[in-house]
Amino acid sequence: MSTPLLQASFRKRFNATTEIEVASLNIESPGVTVLFGPSGSGKTTILRCLAGLEVPDDGTIIFQGQTWFDHDAHRQMTPAQRRTGFVPQDYALFPHLTIAANIAYGLHGEFAAAIQARVTEIMGWLELTGMERRLPGTLSGGQQQRVALARALAFRPRLLLLDEPFSALDQPTRHRVRGELRATLKRFNCPVILVTHDRLEAAVLGDHVIVMEGGRILQQGTVEEVFNRPANLAAARVVGTDTVLPCEIGPVKDGLATLTVGTAQLIAMAPGEPRDAEPSYVCIRAEDVILVRPTEMRTSARNQLPAVIRSVAEEGMLVRIELDCGFPLKALLTRQACADLELKPGEQIMVMIKAPQIHLI
Amino acid sequence: MTAEDWHLVWFSIRMAVLSTLLILAPGLALAWLLARRNWPGKALIETLVSLPIVLPPVVTGLVLLQLFGKNGPLGHWWYAHFKIVFTWKAVVLALGVMSFPFLVRSARVAFAEVNEGLEQMARTLGASEWRVFFTISLPLARRGVLAGILLAFARALGEFGATIMVAGNIIGQTTTMPVAIYQYVENGEDGHAWALAGVSLVIAFVALWFGERLQRRPN
Repeated sequence: MSTPLLQASFRKRFNATTEIEVASLNIESPGVTVLFGPSGSGKTTILRCLAGLEVPDDGTIIFQGQTWFDHDAHRQMTPAQRRTGFVPQDYALFPHLTIAANIAYGLHGEFAAAIQARVTEIMGWLELTGMERRLPGTLSGGQQQRVALARALAFRPRLLLLDEPFSALDQPTRHRVRGELRATLKRFNCPVILVTHDRLEAAVLGDHVIVMEGGRILQQGTVEEVFNRPANLAAARVVGTDTVLPCEIGPVKDGLATLTVGTAQLIAMAPGEPRDAEPSYVCIRAEDVILVRPTEMRTSARNQLPAVIRSVAEEGMLVRIELDCGFPLKALLTRQACADLELKPGEQIMVMIKAPQIHLI
Repeated sequence: MTAEDWHLVWFSIRMAVLSTLLILAPGLALAWLLARRNWPGKALIETLVSLPIVLPPVVTGLVLLQLFGKNGPLGHWWYAHFKIVFTWKAVVLALGVMSFPFLVRSARVAFAEVNEGLEQMARTLGASEWRVFFTISLPLARRGVLAGILLAFARALGEFGATIMVAGNIIGQTTTMPVAIYQYVENGEDGHAWALAGVSLVIAFVALWFGERLQRRPN
């Protein structure tokens, strides 16, 4: 058996009311591990503890067999010794240094020609060529994010730590950059731990997901496991009620693609770029699912599927409904809507989903 | 302005520059320690360093005279090698001690304002504490640090009380502009006094004006 990548179990007081307790955070394989949970669940503090910027109150952190932190043995490796590529939420670009100098910062001590070559190479990969002499303040949010990533990657880190990499970007940029980041992370064969509170980001970028709440790990598993088979009620509440399922992308016509999910077919916006052979997932937010009593009604929604109600559960002001329409689907309605439609388990119902609300990942 | 007066001006500027250069390294080190680290006795040192701002300068001078004089604990120890009090070295000492708090306070604020996340980022990228200081903290705090240097220089140029206590008034050896102005007025030579006062005013004005501009302009 090979050495696990990361074995961490530590405690850290986070604020007056919360204490983070990472009980056996184990990452076996390289790839992207997503720390997923609502804001304030201590995800950033965990990253900072791993980077060596904060000292846990207790416990151990072992990376590839090397002890980074051991409270009882008074061992604490400095951030410099750990060689993690940390990309914080605000990117922390050095405002007084040019883009090239920012990216070269971690290469201190190497030969000038080697530094130059590495910077040129990384800037090319991240499409930053031509910006060498500019200052970070003159770049757009998306460009700054790429520079922060370039700086961390140029350094050849042993572990890349990304804290909410998209939080500083506006919505349209976020969407584009997300795709770019996935391609970049695939190219660099470096293990990544990424923090996010966004389900879509977790599903798009993660190979492995760790669900957190209130400083505790609720579940660890693959994207599909975590989103569709929550280990417990707390995990289900955190991952929400979204549907994330593998799908096959069929023929594309007029910009719309036909997807096969389970035994059902869905119409979605065709993916912009040709996709590689990796498995695709379909992601449907429960809030976007509309339920209708079957009637003679014409609708603009491209997807209408007959479904059977499996369960109806009240969640505060909302009602969470699990359906079977050829694949398991989750819907979130207001209590009032649920009462109007008189929804009960076992009943037949029509499901409508607009094509743009089906996310292909 | 006689040739002697110009000589005085030149001597005073040299002393002020020398004292500012001497306090630069310890001043910046202390400012950084005050801004970024917690250590026992921090509040005490902070107060001691700032004391010359509010203490009557002659009192500071008196303390220095006691410490560095022939029978003082510091003076006695090295008196055999070189004399400090009532030489130009005492002028530099007095100016340095009197202007030290101005440098430290200004630089401390400047260091505290540097985003600590940038320093941490540099550490994760493998930088040593020295490299973090010289490539991140100092360049980002440069305006406040420069303003502190100018302020310390201007203060040194105007120092009177402490200087006259430890260095006295030996013409051509320890007499600085403010001391000479006092002497001229005593002797009823008001014209000379006003000429030197004018020179002091111009230098102080220019130093402060640049200092203010540095602190106001955004990074």
